[in-house]
Amino acid sequence: MSWRDLGDLADPSKYHDAIDIRGKDPAGLISHLRKMVLIRMAEQHLAVARKDGLIGGPVHLGVGQEAIAVGVSESLRNSDTVFGAHRSHSHLLALGSSLHGLFAEILGKDTGLSRGLGGSMHLWDGPRGFYGSVPIMAGTVPLAVGAGLAAKLKGTDNLSVSYFGDGAVEEGAVHESLNLARMLEAPVLFVVENNFFASHMEISLRQPLNAMTRFAAAHDVPCELVDGNDVVAVHDAAARLIAQVRSGAGPRFLEAVTFRWYGHVDWREDVDVGVNRSVEHLASWRARDPVARLTAALTAAAVWSASQHADLIADTSRAIAEAWDQAMRDPWPHADTLLDAVYTQRAERS
Amino acid sequence: MNPTQHYNYGTAILAAFEYLLATYPEVFVMGQGLWSPWYVGNSMTELDKKFGKHRVIDTPVSELAVTGAGVGAALAGMKPIIVHPRIDFMLYAMDAVVNQAAKWSHMFGGQAHPGVTIRAIINRGGEQGAQHSQALHAWFAHIPGLRVVMPATVSDARDLLVAAVLCGDPVMYIDDRWLYELEDDLDPITELTLATEGPRCLASGSDITIVGAGYSTKLAIEACQALGGQGVSAEVIDLRVLNPFEPKAIIASVQKTGRLLVVDGGTRNAGFAGEVIASVAERVVPSIMQKPPSRVTLPDAPAPTSRVLERVYYPTADDVVRESLTLMSR
Repeated sequence: MSWRDLGDLADPSKYHDAIDIRGKDPAGLISHLRKMVLIRMAEQHLAVARKDGLIGGPVHLGVGQEAIAVGVSESLRNSDTVFGAHRSHSHLLALGSSLHGLFAEILGKDTGLSRGLGGSMHLWDGPRGFYGSVPIMAGTVPLAVGAGLAAKLKGTDNLSVSYFGDGAVEEGAVHESLNLARMLEAPVLFVVENNFFASHMEISLRQPLNAMTRFAAAHDVPCELVDGNDVVAVHDAAARLIAQVRSGAGPRFLEAVTFRWYGHVDWREDVDVGVNRSVEHLASWRARDPVARLTAALTAAAVWSASQHADLIADTSRAIAEAWDQAMRDPWPHADTLLDAVYTQRAERS
Repeated sequence: MNPTQHYNYGTAILAAFEYLLATYPEVFVMGQGLWSPWYVGNSMTELDKKFGKHRVIDTPVSELAVTGAGVGAALAGMKPIIVHPRIDFMLYAMDAVVNQAAKWSHMFGGQAHPGVTIRAIINRGGEQGAQHSQALHAWFAHIPGLRVVMPATVSDARDLLVAAVLCGDPVMYIDDRWLYELEDDLDPITELTLATEGPRCLASGSDITIVGAGYSTKLAIEACQALGGQGVSAEVIDLRVLNPFEPKAIIASVQKTGRLLVVDGGTRNAGFAGEVIASVAERVVPSIMQKPPSRVTLPDAPAPTSRVLERVYYPTADDVVRESLTLMSR
């Protein structure tokens, strides 16, 4: 692997084994596992609910990519500002946001995180540091630079995190933002989740090279490249980069190589409509499962048992059912809501 | 001692910047040309020296990232002002303005507040041509969530900029280089609440209502003076705030005069003049109109470079007088 080429990281037959957890605190790893399982099962629940017609709008699911948000968020504070895109359930939940608030939002309920006005693609949880996600691919990348600049102008050591994908780098906003952040020395961690697909199109059909780090190099932003399905690797790299950003060193860039199990949107796998996406290809990538690889490592280290895992699944399942049932019962937004929040003061027209 | 101070339109803008930067630590300014003495006329002179290059930031040529950064900084509690020396240059920034700034309050249930002010300058003529001369206020006024102001007077040049930055919403503040020589004596700054500002009558009259915004208001005022010499009493309404648009003052005026002429610095089709006329037409009884409403706009063509064609292209006060007299004819 190099700044041009992901090497084995792009080969789905590699990196199937238990991740390396030597020297790591088991309690921290188990906490990672709990979060990853919650995110995975919540998204699998959403897939079924969408398929069953209970969710009216599109959901972009990131099953298979859980280790990235969980690994990054460990080093963040509520006073940091995190920005996402269309596939951001994991970014939000990894910060500890309310599952019920997310579900209610996706259902368009008044109790949702965005008061029922956003849905899955427009998520917000300011008190947890989640400053917003939108479906325009690179839409929030420049916003993250500005929020980082704000932290710097206020004299704090807070930072911004900008999550985006390998599709977003095909938009100029990312490059303008990398250059601007570098020139302003804005405290921003750019996290690119390279899952090889933008919508239906595989990366080799969109870009001449598959490594996103080449764009960090082009803009003189120091970067790290990791197996995004190894939560320890993500966590350690993110912790190093975040410490540098907090120290005032300017922006940093993390490329995490991963794969999404579902298609671009909703519950389907898109092997029929995806270009360069087959059943065999998916099976191979599923074997690089971030949850299974962490579980295997914990089990091998004898700090996690099959019964503990069964309990975790049962507990998570119960928590999801409770949050979902509550969200389903919650009230819809009142019709007045439509005009209330267009401006900070409602505009009346004669 | 006289508490008023003499300004022109450009130095009034400068006074607003100085007031905001001195009074509010959350205010900072970012855009192209801010460390250069000539880029934005006399409207930002020495700000970087007075308030520091960390608060008055000249930037790379990245209209999108810079504007988006303004949105993000506002979300994080700052009161940024983004400057685009030509409104034409900021078309790369439309996602940050239209998809992001304008929509975040609504999309997130009123919890996110992207209170960024975007100062975009209209600078026409001078053989600059199609990509240095546009007046795109109607585009922006079409976007819910985006306040749009166009100062036509020296006092508004200063006070609407202050109000824009303090209002908490994203605002397009569109000023016009053809107004920079306007002069006036102003009282000390009083902070206005932008949400309650709107169209204002600048000259009272009884025969015809002439509506303008920005430089078009100047044409309307000049036409009003010329018409007075010909025995026509024109009332001039300055739009000031194009979005959200409150047409009350215009309707009241037309109910009095029975004639409406809208002067617009933009092109004709789907322009703001059409919105003004429609807003009046749907609220007055047709029988009170002495003549159908009319508009003076740019022709539906890009700006030319040749000075001969420029003279044809840009409406003048004479054009406004001529069209007014047509409306006055029986």
